[in-house]
Amino acid sequence: MNDAIVLDGLFKGYGAVPAVRGLSLSVPAGTICGLIGPDGAGKTTAMRVLCGLLRADRGAARVLGHDCATAALEVKRHLGYMPQRFSLYPDLTVGENLRFFADLFDVPAAERKRRDAELMAFSRLEPFRGRRAGQLSGGMKQKLALSCTLIHTPAVLILDEPTTGVDPVSRREFWRILRELAGNGLALLVSTPYMDEAALCDDIVLMHAGRALAQGTPAAVAASFPRRLLEVTGADLIEAGRRLREASIVGLDVQRYGDCLHLVHDDQAQADAAARALAGTGAVLAPLAAGIEDVFVEMMSRADAEVAM
Amino acid sequence: MKRVRALAAKELLHILRDRRSLAVAVLMPVVMVALYGAVIDMEMHDLPVAVLDQDHSDNSRELVRSLGAGGFIVETARLEQAAQVEPGFRRGAFMAALVIPRGYSRSVADGEPATVQVLVDGSDAATAAMAANYLQAVVQREARRIAAGSGGGAPAFTVRPRVWFNPELRSAHFVVPGLVALVLMMICAILTSIAIAREKETGTLEQILTTPIRPAEVIAGKVLPYVGLGALDAALILAIGRFAFHVPMNGSWFALAAYCLLFIVIALGAGLLISAKSPSLRVAMMAAVTVTMLPTMILSGFMFPVSSMPAPLQVLCRLLPATHFLVVLRGVMLRGVNWFPHETAILAVQAVVLLVLAIRSFRLRLE
Repeated sequence: MNDAIVLDGLFKGYGAVPAVRGLSLSVPAGTICGLIGPDGAGKTTAMRVLCGLLRADRGAARVLGHDCATAALEVKRHLGYMPQRFSLYPDLTVGENLRFFADLFDVPAAERKRRDAELMAFSRLEPFRGRRAGQLSGGMKQKLALSCTLIHTPAVLILDEPTTGVDPVSRREFWRILRELAGNGLALLVSTPYMDEAALCDDIVLMHAGRALAQGTPAAVAASFPRRLLEVTGADLIEAGRRLREASIVGLDVQRYGDCLHLVHDDQAQADAAARALAGTGAVLAPLAAGIEDVFVEMMSRADAEVAM
Repeated sequence: MKRVRALAAKELLHILRDRRSLAVAVLMPVVMVALYGAVIDMEMHDLPVAVLDQDHSDNSRELVRSLGAGGFIVETARLEQAAQVEPGFRRGAFMAALVIPRGYSRSVADGEPATVQVLVDGSDAATAAMAANYLQAVVQREARRIAAGSGGGAPAFTVRPRVWFNPELRSAHFVVPGLVALVLMMICAILTSIAIAREKETGTLEQILTTPIRPAEVIAGKVLPYVGLGALDAALILAIGRFAFHVPMNGSWFALAAYCLLFIVIALGAGLLISAKSPSLRVAMMAAVTVTMLPTMILSGFMFPVSSMPAPLQVLCRLLPATHFLVVLRGVMLRGVNWFPHETAILAVQAVVLLVLAIRSFRLRLE
């Protein structure tokens, strides 16, 4: 248990409402762990416990071996946290925001200069040093927020949905920066609602209703898909969906994915039945390797079914 | 300490960058003193009064004549019977009526106590109070004149005056100390509660709390700039009061400053408590205005004397820090008294209780 970030059987609720129900994970130094799940899955709560903003009901949270509840001050010294909303001061300039957090973290004057230059270089915010934070673009705001959380050279970085609401180009650049930070030996815990960002993590935890549905490397999680998958393309998807519903094939789940349908099934008989139902629509059926999202949807419906029973 | 300074410096930048709020914070006290000073200081002229003389004697006519002497009162109607009073009030023909009953002259001549009735239209309370006051003054003067004329020492009749405010006391002198209390409440309680609630709402507080800062440091850093702003506003009001309205300063400046500081602590405690208890910026603003500003304006004796309020309300008044602060301020400035053991004790207890509650509830919010 020498990992930089450790959650061990964490339980945390708000009053009678449970938010996190038995979450365990660990993030070694130099890696990125992705917390993936929809709003309300408990991602933010778990992160706040790690930052010492909330106290766990049960279970342990440790950062660099320090308990997040009892050694909060020690944890805070080595931890950078970026809340979900843009949490800097829009009426202060880029430079003023950075200096404010350098002051709060007690960064020594000598180190401050070096650190400031480093951060400005990697975030490419130098030309905007005198600009008010409120007038930055979404991507630049996120980079400034990240810079502020890095000003004290933390060993652990916790980012709550840093790319939500950021344009695709800035998102890619942001992830490039995160990878660079991991390369420098930081441990990163990043939450995201975007399944496509899962592939950019070293490890992922699929979260739903306060629990982990699956965890491991993205490849391992994808490979853990317990059923078979067919992809339907080349037809009117609404018409195809209607036909499949009418055929009411037992054990076949149909999911719409943008420009294709995913048919989740268990045996060849179901696949054949689906092919018959779609005959004449021009639909092309092809076997498909499951992605993270397929795993998530499957696990989530199983978890919900369990709750319902 | 370094963190407190960083936070205070940042807060100061917020204040200075927000030009509109800054303008409000600085101009508001100036405008308030100017308005209150000028409006409340206005004297009454040409108050329309009706006269119902049922006595028809030299004495009664003399009393009626003396009404117009000061220029404050204009006799607009001469009534014949008591039934005409009410319709007159309803029409707005006059604001007050003086009724001299039959037998007035005989009573005066016999040296017996005579009764004179003063009726006032109470729909405009402020004017009514002044009207009653002026009429009583006139009647009393007449009573003294008759007494002097008959050689007797005692006045021929007495009016039991209902003292609404002392006409000798210039109202600006009364209002300026009240404005100090009001503005300190507004700046210190309302602005601090807004400042903290805003950080809570935008999520910046969350980020600040993940730094190795202590709750007490957060509070101190957030609050200090507003202490300065409050003190600046108080000084501004006192300066305008002194130079524009010649409000006297009979006590010591040191005592005044010390009591102001004590009151600032109370206001800050209230502001912190409100922001800690409020779920959002909007709620914090509403709560701050309702809980601090309105009672300070209405219940503290700033405009309406506490002693004239119904008993249950008086209890509420005495719970209000501003009530005691006003007693102290007026005492220091007008009466030249520098030490108020009773008020000091109450204010000190209130300051400690509010501050402890505020820091406590602030702590709880972090966890």
